[in-house]
Order: sequence, then structure tokens, then C-alpha cells
Amino acid sequence: MDIKKETIASLHDKLVNKDVTAEELANDAINKINANEKKLNTFITVNDKAPEAAKKIDEDGIKGPLSGIPIAFKDNIVTNGIKTTAASKILYNFMPVYSATVLERLEAAGAVDIGKTNLDEFAMGSSTETSYFDTTVNPWDLSRVPGGSSGGSAAAVAAGEVVAALGTDTGGSIRQPAAFNGIFGIKPTYGRVSRWGVIAFASSLDQVGVLSKRVEDSATVLSAMAGHDEHDSTSSEKPVPDYRANLSKDMSGVRIAVPKEFWHEGTHPEVLENVNKALDAYKKMGATVDEVSLPSLKHAVEVYYVLASSEASSNLQRYDGVRYGFRAKDVKNIKDLFVKSRSEGFGDEVKRRIMLGTFALSAGAYDAYFKKAAEVRTLFINEMNDVLKDHDLIMGPSTTTPAFKIGEKVDDPLAMYMNDILTIPANLAGLPAASVPAGLADGLPVGLQIIGRPFDEQSVFNAAYALQEENKFYEKIPTALKGED
Amino acid sequence: MNFETTIGLEVHVELKTKSKMYSPSPVAYGAESNINTNVIDFGFPGTLPTVNKNGYRLGVMVALALNAEIEHHTHFDRKNYFYPDNPKAYQITQQDKPLGHDGYIEIEVDGKKKKIGVEELHVEEDAGKNTHGNNGYSYVDLNRQGTPLIEIVSKPDMHSPEEAYQYLENLRKIVQFTGASDVKMEEGSMRVDTNISIRPVGSKDYGTKVELKNLNSFNHVKLGLAYEEQRQAAILKQGGHIDQETRRFDEKTGETFLMRVKSGADDYRYFPEPDLPDFEISPEWISEIKANLPETAAKRRERYINELGIPEYDAGVLTDTKEMSDFFDEAVSYKANPKLVSNWLMGEVNGYLNDKKIGLLDTKLTPEHLAKMINLISNGTISSKIAKKVFQETISNGTEPEEWVKSKGLVQESDPAVLKPMILEILDNNQQSIDDFKNGKDRAVGFLIGQIMKQTHGQANPKVANKLLMEELKSR
Repeated sequence: MDIKKETIASLHDKLVNKDVTAEELANDAINKINANEKKLNTFITVNDKAPEAAKKIDEDGIKGPLSGIPIAFKDNIVTNGIKTTAASKILYNFMPVYSATVLERLEAAGAVDIGKTNLDEFAMGSSTETSYFDTTVNPWDLSRVPGGSSGGSAAAVAAGEVVAALGTDTGGSIRQPAAFNGIFGIKPTYGRVSRWGVIAFASSLDQVGVLSKRVEDSATVLSAMAGHDEHDSTSSEKPVPDYRANLSKDMSGVRIAVPKEFWHEGTHPEVLENVNKALDAYKKMGATVDEVSLPSLKHAVEVYYVLASSEASSNLQRYDGVRYGFRAKDVKNIKDLFVKSRSEGFGDEVKRRIMLGTFALSAGAYDAYFKKAAEVRTLFINEMNDVLKDHDLIMGPSTTTPAFKIGEKVDDPLAMYMNDILTIPANLAGLPAASVPAGLADGLPVGLQIIGRPFDEQSVFNAAYALQEENKFYEKIPTALKGED
Repeated sequence: MNFETTIGLEVHVELKTKSKMYSPSPVAYGAESNINTNVIDFGFPGTLPTVNKNGYRLGVMVALALNAEIEHHTHFDRKNYFYPDNPKAYQITQQDKPLGHDGYIEIEVDGKKKKIGVEELHVEEDAGKNTHGNNGYSYVDLNRQGTPLIEIVSKPDMHSPEEAYQYLENLRKIVQFTGASDVKMEEGSMRVDTNISIRPVGSKDYGTKVELKNLNSFNHVKLGLAYEEQRQAAILKQGGHIDQETRRFDEKTGETFLMRVKSGADDYRYFPEPDLPDFEISPEWISEIKANLPETAAKRRERYINELGIPEYDAGVLTDTKEMSDFFDEAVSYKANPKLVSNWLMGEVNGYLNDKKIGLLDTKLTPEHLAKMINLISNGTISSKIAKKVFQETISNGTEPEEWVKSKGLVQESDPAVLKPMILEILDNNQQSIDDFKNGKDRAVGFLIGQIMKQTHGQANPKVANKLLMEELKSR
């Protein structure tokens, strides 16, 4: 079966009509993953118990829309009894004894956990190149990165291994790889989805979301996993709509704001062209498009890297070799155990951010770095919310360029960080944001970013759906996979 | 040269909750290692804290009892440091906006009353426990990890070890009577760190602060501080200077020893805990807690004196600990005479506790049994002499007094119909004693009462027996 041509709804129909069984779908996914593995490296761990779980669902009968559907989970989402590594050596052997709320909720809805996808180590990176388990490769061009940090999830969806995969997004880790792989990806409002069981990178920015080829599939998955969780005090008690049922491509009267600061110097001309084409399409559908200004945006990258690294430096202190994960050998005393386990267990990018964050929080630097960054963040939140007072959505490119070459930026952290400039704002302000395919640049996918009001994921889904139905990008097959199936 | 002493105290008190401050694991002593833990206490990846509202409530109770202002809008902070008993490598505490501030404790030294300021109070979580085996291994027990604590930071308002001692005594008493904590140093539910400096009288600047640790009782605090005062004064008199250091008190020698010299402040990289939303304390909640604050020791003492007629000194002893005071109140609630309850608690009961070196709640004596026993004395069922037997039985074995007295036949004989024939018979057999009595020898009465007691195995009511005997003697 060619999953690239399927949706959750079409698979559901086939399951209900017994054209296929959940067990077959699970085996099919595993076979495809294994066949692609050497080329794409999308998964860290394949769940070999998935067919068994699927068989049980077949026996119990197909129920809701997710019943029997294989879904992939980014490997920073903890899964009881299935190795969870965050793509780090320091957790290379870590076997969780409990599961994340998102996994429990999706499994309760009948979804089958097919395995754990590759990512940048602790989700720190924009290319999947910082993974301890090798980089994932972009199915559109095997010499290019899939983006990151949810690169494994994005490539797995683009390659048709699964219809949908979960990712996490701290500064663009769902939207950027979605854009690079020509698929849809949504980061919900901060607090919309429980973070219980999600290995923390930066707690005030992290949010779990979905990547799928089609907008409607992400809508189905998000409705099933969102909502308050008593384990996560930052999760919202607001009721969760049925995004899929409420999906509408009616854009008449929708007020779109386009911040001029999103037209970044050095943006690929074809990226601009595709985004403009999308905005024109919205106008034709009856939406209005206004240029606005977000003056503080020029500080977004600095603010983000200070705050995210500060929180990360604290969140990652627990990896000390004492209770679980990697422990260095031949240590002299407890301090030696801490230092050696962490020195040998973390990769360079993670160490860089731990050092940056530790510095930003230290007594002499706190006011000038952490405190100031937190203040600018507040300023920035106000600017975004001001724009959203008289606009329904903010739009712009998801990235300045399409996927870059493997190795191109990995030794240039600053260039890599600047890559996040367009996606960071939604995290700093906690707003829902998605990337939807808008066309091709140099034959590589380009994404349109859509940012909504707090907890108005529906408008984001609707706008993305309208564009999807306009450009039908999902019909395109990743170049490197052509002629395979 | 004369010196002036400045003392500040940091006191950690364990709050009496069922579950931990940021996780639902139970709080309990003496369990097998690492039993009272879950994935949160172990700091597993992906876990998140949640606030124990009752823990916070108890914290507010303590703050209100210490006359502090309550912070309405607050948040939690992380204090970062590596240690094996600290699994997240940070402690969730309140650095920036503590739950309470600017309170005070009143003390009285040498008849002078004085207010000692409380700078701030905040809730936080306790660490686990490390032990070091003889086999070269160290062991971590996380049962205590996450136990709710309130830290109470005094202002540097104390100027003598005695003031520090009084501050701690009153702090203990105030907190204990709120019911928020047991406040027992010997069980670790109260821990004291002290800072002491001295300066020449009249000097504007404080002297260099020395931190004193390993103080396991209030008395050690007093002794340690007194030693430090002398040690520092001796150094300054010789023209030396005081180092900023941490010292430990040795209870055997009564001296203090250098633990480590402080090289600048530790950098804990405090920052707001992003996993917990800001915490709003509504004025209604504070009023509700205030309205339901349990009666303080001082109030109970007044009540004992004014309403129950207990002497001042006795009322003070009864309200020294919440245990004793609660015991007293409960016994009185069983309609026992308050004065008798007080006498028994201060006399026989305390004697027993001191003798066995145990606490009131470690015995099998219940307030109900004590009250019943006292009522048996009051209504003449048993004599005071028998009562001592009953008491030993009840406190040692938890025996119900009424039934035991009956089953052992210890009920006092007060019935004249039983006693009278016995007295007549004894008199008939002891003409000599009657003659002696007539001749003014009072000794004879004692002898005759002795005979009555012998025949009744000590159970004759002495008052009744005496009255009957005298009547009969006079009539012969």
C-alpha cells in the first residue's frame, strides 16, 4: 500500500471495510521503515510489538478514526517499555517505566505506536545532524538535511512510512522540518497539549504537535491528544474542539497580517515567490492581507537562545549518571562521576547550550542576560498580541531557504541558529503555528507559516486546509523516492 | 574592648502533609529505602511537578502564626546544584517571592519583652538521604526527597545565645500549636542553621559572619553560640580577624571546629520554575486560613488559668508541647476534674515519662483512660492508693480502668452496712484499745483503722470507716 496517497480517513474506511487489517498496516509500516532505513534513517527504535498491539485492535474491532492507525513518536516522548533516547548517548539505553500523556491518549484512541523517530540530540538543532544515532536524510534530496529537530518524524511522513507522526517544537522543530519535507506540521498553543512524559528541552517553550501529509490528519490527531492533564500544571483546561469536523476552507473576511520583518534579508527568492502566491490565493478567497510590524522581532533569536539555553541547562542537570542512562567508567569520586558521565554522554551542541545557559543564569550575568531576555520576551508577546487584536492570523515564510546540505551549517552554530528566526516568535509568544506546503524552490519544498491567536488552532487548520486544497501539494512525490513504489 | 553579638537563624521545619510538596508520593518515616517514591521523585526524564496545595496551606498557616505578611502573587524558583540525593539537580523553592515576609516572634529574656523579626518564610522540598557503606559504595534513599519544608529566616535581631534559645523555643511552640509540623529536632522535623558575628560596641558595620552547623538541640545552639562569642572575642582582642567560614559544633567538647572556609557565595543560578504556573493566593483563602488557625499556646494557657482554675505555673507546663496540651484538653472533655488531670499529668505521668525516657504518645495511656481513672477517684470508687496501681496498669498495658478495677476487686468499700458489723466485731475483740481511747491515747484509733483495712484487704473507704469507728467508740 502506498501510504503517501492515503489519509487517516481513507485508511479508516479500509480498516472498517476489512480491505486491510491493523496488523497488516503495522507490518507494512515496519517493512517500509526497514527498507528505507539505510537511506533515510528516520527511526531510532522500531516498535516490534506494534503488530501484536495492532492485532489486538483488529480483534477488539475498529472503533474511532485513529483505531488501528500506525503513528510514529519523536524519540523524546517517553514510552513505557520502549527505549527512549532523546537521540543522546547519555540516554542510549534508557528504558522508561511510564508513558507520556500524548502516547497514552493516542493509544486509548486505538493508534498503534510504530516506533521512535530520530531527532537532534535533546531536540537541540535544526537539521537532525546532532543526533547520537546519525543524521536523518531528506527524501526530496538525499544530500540534504530533513530539518530538525523533528527531522525523523517529518521525513518518515514525507517518505510514506506513516500518515502522521508526533514532533515537539521549542523554536520551530515541527514547522521547519515540515517545510523542508513538503508536509504539514502544527505546533499548538503553549498549554494545549500535556508535556508530561516529554523530555524537557526548554519548559516554557516546548510543545508537542503533529506532522502529517494532510492538514485533516493532524487535526484528527491533535483533537485526540490535546486537553488538560493533571500531571502538567501548565496544561490548559479549555475544552478541545473537534478540529477535523470543524475544518473549513472558507477564507472570506479572514484578516491576515504579514509582518514586514518576516521578509528577511537573504531569503531565497523562490521562497518569497511561493509565499506571495499563497497570499494572493487567500486574497482571491476573500481574505484581506495587511502589512504590519513587529519591531522586537530583530531580537527574537538572541532572546530565544538565552531563555531556551538557560532552561535547558537546568533541565539537563538530572543526567548525571547516578540513576539511569549512561554512566562513565573508572571514576574516582562522585564529582568525577558527574563530570565524566556528562562530558562523555552529551554531544557538542548540547554542551554548547548548557554552557550558554549556565552562564546566562550565573550571578554576574543573570540581569544582563536571563532577566533582560525575559523582559524582551514580554515586550514581544505584547507586540504579537497587539497585531492579533485586529487580525485573525499572522503569515510569512516558515524558513528563509529550502533544506540545506548535510554538513553545510553544522560547524557554524550562528548560521544554524539564524535559521530559526521565523519560527521562534510563535514559541516565545506561546501561539499556535503551522507550516503548510506552498510550492517548490530549486525543486525543494517551501512552507507557508500560519500563526493564530491563543487556542485558536481551528483558524490555523482552516487556512492551511484552504491552501492545501488550492495547491494540492500532497500529490507531489519526494524526488528521491520517485519510481520506488 | 567590649563586643556586641549579632545572631541570625535559619530554621527548616517539615510540614505535616500526607504527600510530598511536588509529587503524590506519600510522606512517611521508617519505610524501606526508596519505597515512598515515584518517577517524579527519581527525576525521570519527562516528569513534571505539581504543587501540593495543602503543603502551601500549612506554610501560610505558619506564616500567619508568626505574624507575617502573605504574598498574594507568587511563583516558584529553581535552585540548581548537583548532589546524588538531589535527583533533578535542582530544588524547587521560592527565592524571588517567598510566601510570607516581615513577621516577628516575641521573646522574653530577663523579664524584658522583645520582638525578633522574621525576614521571610518560603516553602521548598527536602532532599533525599545519602549513606556511605563500609564496602566502598554509597547509597541514596529518596524517601525523604520532596518532603515539604518551610524555611523561616530571622532578621539579625538576636544579641545573645539566650535570645536565640528563646526565639527557637517560642518558634517551636508557635509552629507546633498550629499543627502544621511536629517540630522535633531529634526527629529532624526541625533543623537550625545559625549565623553569628561580633563587633566592638558602637561599631556601625557588622563583624564577619560565621555559620554554625550540626546543632541537634536548642541547648547545643546556645552552647555553640556561646563558645563562638568567646572564640571570636578572643581573636579580635589579640588583633586577629575572623574568617568567613562554616564551623561545626562538637557536643562532646562543647567547642566548635572549622568545617570549610567560604570562598565567595555559592552560585545556585536561581530562576523561575517554568514547569509551574504563577501561584495566586486569594485574600479569601488567606482569611479562611486565618479564621481557622488553631488556638495558640498562649491562648490555651490563658484559658486554663481563667476558665479551668489551673495555677499559672501548671498551665505553663501543660502548654509547653501541643501533645501535652491536646492530651489535657481531651481528658478534660471526658468530664474529669481539670485540676486532678493537671496534677496527674504533671506528677505521675511526667514522672513515668522521665523514668522511661519516652514521650507522651509513646505510652499506652489515652486521655479517656486517664479521665476514667480520675473519675473513679472522684466518685469514691477507688482510693488514691489503689489509683496508683490502676495507673501503672493502664499506662503500661493500655488497660481500661473501670473494668480492671472491678475484675481485680479493687473497688473501695464505702457501704456502712458492710463496714459497720466488721467494726463492731473488731471493737468487741479489742477492749484494750477502747480503754486506751477513753484514756486519751489517740494511737488506738490508728491501730483500729489498721485492723479494718487488714480485714477488707485495704479496700475500706478510709473516710467512711473512720466516721463509723468514731461514732461507735464514742458511744461505748
